[in-house]
Amino acid sequence: MSGVLSLVASLGAIVLGFVRAAGSLALFALAAVSHLFRPPFYWRNFLSAFVEFAYFSLPVVALTALFSGGVIALQSYTGFARYNAQSAIAGIVVLSVVRELGPVLAGLIVAGRVGSAMAAEIGTMRVTDQIDALGTLSTNPMKYLVTPRLLAGTLALPLLVVVADILGVLGGFIVSVVKLGFSPNAYIANTFSVMQPIDVNVGLVKAAVFGFLIALMGCYNGYHSRGGAQGVGSATTASVVAASILVLAFDYMLTEMFFSR
Amino acid sequence: MSGAVTPPQGTPKLRIRGLRKAFGSKQVLDGIDLDVASGTSMVVIGGSGSGKSVLLRCILGLIEPDAGSIEVDGVDVLRLRRREREAVNRRIGMLFQNGALFDSLTVWENVAFGLMARRQINRRDAREKAGDVLRQVGLDPSVGLLSPSELSGGMQKRVGLARAIAAQPEILFFDEPTTGLDPIMGAVIDGLIVECVRTLGSTAIAITHDMASATRIGDAAAMLYRGRLVWQGPAASLLESGNPLVDQFTHGRREGPISMELRR
Ligand SMILES: Nc1ncnc2c1ncn2[C@@H]1O[C@H](COP(=O)(O)OP(=O)(O)OP(=O)(O)O)[C@@H](O)[C@H]1O
Ligand SMILES: [Mg+2]
Repeated sequence: MSGVLSLVASLGAIVLGFVRAAGSLALFALAAVSHLFRPPFYWRNFLSAFVEFAYFSLPVVALTALFSGGVIALQSYTGFARYNAQSAIAGIVVLSVVRELGPVLAGLIVAGRVGSAMAAEIGTMRVTDQIDALGTLSTNPMKYLVTPRLLAGTLALPLLVVVADILGVLGGFIVSVVKLGFSPNAYIANTFSVMQPIDVNVGLVKAAVFGFLIALMGCYNGYHSRGGAQGVGSATTASVVAASILVLAFDYMLTEMFFSR
Repeated sequence: MSGAVTPPQGTPKLRIRGLRKAFGSKQVLDGIDLDVASGTSMVVIGGSGSGKSVLLRCILGLIEPDAGSIEVDGVDVLRLRRREREAVNRRIGMLFQNGALFDSLTVWENVAFGLMARRQINRRDAREKAGDVLRQVGLDPSVGLLSPSELSGGMQKRVGLARAIAAQPEILFFDEPTTGLDPIMGAVIDGLIVECVRTLGSTAIAITHDMASATRIGDAAAMLYRGRLVWQGPAASLLESGNPLVDQFTHGRREGPISMELRR
């Protein structure tokens, strides 16, 4: 009996902790977003975060997308599309890249690269009193640190995903033409006949949501880190883990929302 | 705005009553009463870990106290709403114990940060002004182009001081301004603090372990021990206060009423 009770109690504690964390995260996000509508806006911080997101992640995202597109072409050829390959493979590549792989891969890569760096930077600022110092210098730390980064993430990820989409399709194209010997013109025609505007749009919406979430997790964990270098380290890890899980979870939810009719 | 109201004559710039703060079971501040008159400087001494930094953080709103009141110009800042509190904090400059310089910015951007944040000045003027303030704290303006991580500890301290005074705030907090400086530079910084208080008419609270510095900076002095201010008086009488706690502390004696407790 007491075993059951303590089980229920610890379960309750877990649920409560989860609700509390989610609530505090939601409040944090709300506060940061509300600063978007109250001047000043820190353009410099926005631009440097944007560059961090878009530019420095570009090579990794591009390479990943290129290879993924190629792999999909190869896999679907050897796997199941051998008999109708010409027309099917182009469609499989473009849909999987534009709807799923582009946003998800870009999201996971950026979470690991940029989200973690963000958590480390803001976390270091927290444990060395720099965030407190901002407050004594007529500057709201949320507005200065968090809001520009959230906006940068939300705007930069779609840009990255456009590049990932193009290179993913290119990867599939190269494999299909060079290795499988398809006609280049037919491949391109097939690609465009299968791809609908909604595929691209949903991919970009996903990207924007992922970008927001990644920046949010980086900022939130950094902002609330405590206890020196170790605290910053665990904040960094937490931000990557949380952002990755959120990217995958929201990917499912958004897919469900837009495509499951 | 709260700051616009002129306080009645004789109201201290800063009045603290019954301030209490505990971290878990550890009562760090246990009923602090402190007045700092306008245009004077108060030196707070006390052992390491006695809660001096916590006291300043409470006044700045970086730590929420458990009880008590903190009045700035007669207004209890603990009852203010966020915006009003931020307006009060804008009138306070702080030198943090570890400098807390922004390491993603250059030195001059650090010094001019508060000026630029108030938007009363463009970047070029801010940079020039930063050079002036750096010179005031004994640094060459060319240091402004370096990043804080390229400075020695003492230089970082001076940059932190420059940042705190650049916007000429009404109230200045110095958390161990001279720790880590050589004696001459320490004296220079002390002189600078005194000058700020005199020329700007600022009110200052300085935390220090350095008795020479304390008597140079302070008009008044107070000693924090076990969460309370066990002694207050003129800074000049620190060395002959007649209070056994203060005596032991200022003369650095091992024997006396203060036994070094192990920290819990
Ligand atoms: N955020 C916090 N959480 C928990 N405990 C804290 C916190 N800040 C300070 N303390 C505790 O409060 C006590 C007083 O700390 P404080 O930093 O004010 O000491 P101090 O008088 O400034 O010492 P020093 O001269 O060494 O700087 C310490 O025991 C410290 O452990
Ligand atoms: Mg301290």
